[in-house]
Amino acid sequence: MNPTPAFALLTNGTALPWAEVPAWPMPEFLDQVGASLTRGGRLSSLFGVPMSEGGALQLVAVLAFDASNTLAVGRSQPFTGTFPALTVHHPQAHLFEREIWEQHGAVPQGHPWLKPVRQDHGAGPAVGEFFRVDGREVHEVAVGPVHAGIIEPGHFRFQCAGEEVLHLEIALGYQHRGVEEALPGGPHRASVHQIETLAGDTTIAHATAYAGVLEALAGTEAPLRAQWLRAIALELERLANHTGDLGALAGDVAFLPTASACGKIRGDFLNLTALLCGNRFGRGLVRPGGCAWELEPERLARLRAGLDTALRDVQQAAAWLWDATAVRARFENTGRLEASQAREIGLVGPAARACGLVRDVRFDHPTGWYRFAQVPVSVWPDGDVFARARVRWLEIQRAGEFLRELFDTAPDGPLHLPLPPPAPNTLAVALVEGWRGEVCHVALTNAQGRLHRYKLTDPSFHNWTGLALALRGQAISDFPLCNKSFNLSYCGFDL
Amino acid sequence: MTTVLEGVVRLGVWLLVAPLLPGLICKVKAWMAGRRGPPVLQLYYDLAKLWRKGVVVSTLASPGFVAGPAVAWVAVLGAALLLPLGPLDAMLSFPGDVLLLIYLLALARFATAWAALETGSAFEGMGAAREVSFAVLAEAAVITAILTLSWKSRSLSLPTMLEPSAGPGTVLLAVGLFTVLLAENCRVPFDDPNTHLELTMIHEVMVLDHSGPLLAAVLHGAAMKLLLFAALLVQAVLPLGELTAPAAAAALIAGVLLVTVAVGLVESWLARCAFRRVPLLLTTAFLLCVFALLTAWNGGAT
Repeated sequence: MNPTPAFALLTNGTALPWAEVPAWPMPEFLDQVGASLTRGGRLSSLFGVPMSEGGALQLVAVLAFDASNTLAVGRSQPFTGTFPALTVHHPQAHLFEREIWEQHGAVPQGHPWLKPVRQDHGAGPAVGEFFRVDGREVHEVAVGPVHAGIIEPGHFRFQCAGEEVLHLEIALGYQHRGVEEALPGGPHRASVHQIETLAGDTTIAHATAYAGVLEALAGTEAPLRAQWLRAIALELERLANHTGDLGALAGDVAFLPTASACGKIRGDFLNLTALLCGNRFGRGLVRPGGCAWELEPERLARLRAGLDTALRDVQQAAAWLWDATAVRARFENTGRLEASQAREIGLVGPAARACGLVRDVRFDHPTGWYRFAQVPVSVWPDGDVFARARVRWLEIQRAGEFLRELFDTAPDGPLHLPLPPPAPNTLAVALVEGWRGEVCHVALTNAQGRLHRYKLTDPSFHNWTGLALALRGQAISDFPLCNKSFNLSYCGFDL
Repeated sequence: MTTVLEGVVRLGVWLLVAPLLPGLICKVKAWMAGRRGPPVLQLYYDLAKLWRKGVVVSTLASPGFVAGPAVAWVAVLGAALLLPLGPLDAMLSFPGDVLLLIYLLALARFATAWAALETGSAFEGMGAAREVSFAVLAEAAVITAILTLSWKSRSLSLPTMLEPSAGPGTVLLAVGLFTVLLAENCRVPFDDPNTHLELTMIHEVMVLDHSGPLLAAVLHGAAMKLLLFAALLVQAVLPLGELTAPAAAAALIAGVLLVTVAVGLVESWLARCAFRRVPLLLTTAFLLCVFALLTAWNGGAT
């Protein structure tokens, strides 16, 4: 049989009855999950589902087997109190277990660093214990949550020996809005808007995952033309953000030509998304059941022309960046992360691909239009800032080519179909490769066909640990550069 | 009477013209990037705005926090008044005034670092540590450059030293001094005056906690220091003493403008280098000045 005989297997963007998800006693559940992770599975999500009656809790694990293109789901039998921490052997579970403790009070016993993930209990997230290094020469630097520039709030605590960083701990949660808590009982009228503003720069990816989950629960899928349009919007989002990142990386090393040009070109890509739906971040485009805005041939032609211009401009701006030896000297060997570390902490997206890991939901777990047209996975082996910049550039090129192909293969048909109500007692999983990495949405309905639990996992949730590890042994002055090379979302993490 | 008038003119030049230079650099950078950029007079507006604002002082800071920028500003102004301006001789000159100039600049640096440490902030301590570490190398280069000029002119007084050109080592000296100018004034590739990233700053991070008139003093002092280094560079390189007064004045102004534009161009084309490479660059500047000295020495012997 397949690699995980015991788990319920499903492909991305499908649903299965809750009863068919195997339930093991807690020790056996953890053994099964641990064994799968050892075999090369990846923890896409791990979360608690509170039972409707009593205070009991069930843990649900969603594992991704990238090589065999399958997802595996399993759950524990209801329990209360404590459970042995998976983190002890599998570090990629560490934030998930802290989150379970925070959300449901179930204590992962033996967890090496059990503290809140994002909720502040009125005291402010940065208050509390931080890992400390002792020594006469060691000093502690606290950065944030208020920064000198206009960026999102987050607290960074460095342990430094002179200019060298020994350890970095990141405390987030300043933008916790309670989206996960607001979704049960739904889908509400506001839900889709909440999902779209979960992380503003990942609007399309989150909205597509949300639509995918609701369509799977309803036992249908979006019309072909909507799937096509969603792929266009997703790649435009990738182009805009990757271009912005290249410019910001150049800006962080004070390399003006690329920094100035990319800031402008990012706007050009955003304007192409605005051409699709009237909003530069793509809000209002993706809706469960299809897409809300038709792309007529006339606007498609304008989109094609605009894309050609923007791609030509970004080609030039990137050439300046790669040709500058001063930039290369700053990027190379800065913030290096080994492939083994990346695998261990479950890194996703361009950051993982820059460590040489072949991980791309579009390729490993294709849904929607990606089942028919594939984008090659862009990988670079070094794991440093240069590699992360390089992967972004490769993806800009591939996304451009992919979009040109898409423009020529527009399917006909309706753009939106009415969505049947969600099936009761059903679990659905949707993964989407956003520009930052894997966006994972898992939904479970109750007996009335309303949402009982909705679990959101932004790629940033996996990747912040990667940034902390990449900083070890680095100069503290290189932190902004490393941070920008990951460019993770604060609000996507904070939910 | 003429002396008083001359003194007023000189003060006017230093106080009023200095903030023009950062504005010009910004304009050059903006043009290179295809932007319109802020007005050339932006720093004047900023200074006027800051002057009207209140000051926030940490409860942990001692009076040194306030005294630091004031001392630094006065020291830079004092150093500036020792420097001749082409046809205008120095306000005050005596044998050995060049040593006073060097010490006044060092005093300004000490006062800024002192005020930074007063805040007790990790950032500012880090910035002060960086500033003084790099200053060791930058000062060595400046002193060598001064030695070159002094050897050449057999004098320890600035007006005499700066009159003739630096001789055969001029190009070496010019490049060395220009590099020092970039380092001393926190320009790319040593520092990035535009960055908002507190962890990467050198000079800017030392003055993060200063506000209002204190920040105005810091910014104005920085502008004067830039003008001082630019004027020193131009006069060290060009034989202004051999020209007529109007020609010398014109040459000085043109030279300073050229240096300003050059700083803007460097910032437009170069990326900032990593901290661990800064000593290498500064050592290069120092060596260039050493070679200029050797050339002057050899030239003097023949």
